[in-house]
Amino acid sequence: MDIRHAMNATRVSYTLESTLASVNKAEQAAMELAAKSGFDEDECGRVSMAVREATVNAVLHGNRYDATKRVTISFETTPEALTVSVRDEGEGLDTANIPDPLAPENLLKQSGRGIFLIRAFMDEIRFRALSPGTEITMIKFVRGPNRDGSKEATQ
Amino acid sequence: MTMKASSRKVDGVTIIDLSGRITLGEGSVVLRDTVKDISSKGEKKILLNLGDVTYIDSSGIGELVSAYTSVRNAGGELKLLNLTKKVHDLLQITKLYTVFDVQDDEASAIAAFNR
Repeated sequence: MDIRHAMNATRVSYTLESTLASVNKAEQAAMELAAKSGFDEDECGRVSMAVREATVNAVLHGNRYDATKRVTISFETTPEALTVSVRDEGEGLDTANIPDPLAPENLLKQSGRGIFLIRAFMDEIRFRALSPGTEITMIKFVRGPNRDGSKEATQ
Repeated sequence: MTMKASSRKVDGVTIIDLSGRITLGEGSVVLRDTVKDISSKGEKKILLNLGDVTYIDSSGIGELVSAYTSVRNAGGELKLLNLTKKVHDLLQITKLYTVFDVQDDEASAIAAFNR
């Protein structure tokens, strides 16, 4: 675990193995940091589930449980927001072609709801292609979405 | 907390009482194996009691969907009982609330199978 303090911001990052234990650890860390950021119990639950889903994607679909690959999770807390980045070392994610789990033909599929739930529970999300791997960054504002009501990513 | 499952039969309906977390890994596997085992015995009326399920993730939701479709494909019926607020909200967000027959009361749920 690496902890850094900057102006009004605290950053914590974890480098984890591609295992289910890492998923639980990420979820737990998210729950604790969300509580420290001032989110209520329901919001903490949503943030920790979003982080859990992102870490499951990294471990399962990104790194495919490869023992030589790591998942890096970074949390940044400021008075305004909690920002979480989850990075894998996998082959990459085709973000343009993520199926809609609410479409009638997908409603009864067993999988494919993780990113949908992340979008539902966080205020902003964005993906970045790495070489190799994918990084998903999720932001939850302490007092809801941007003051102007926009939920669009700014980057 | 890991997931536990136990089953009992009331008026021809097999009730599976679940407790703990239904998540990727052990929880999902316990649910899958339990439903599979009961279905393989020819049981057609299955009621999943989720009253003590504290947490469910997208894998757990997927496992509920899979249980629903596999029981239905075998000519049976699967209903859900006693959703916590968290599980209820997740099923609403994912539009599955209308897919499942969700019951709040065990006696009514059993009656609904035997209607």
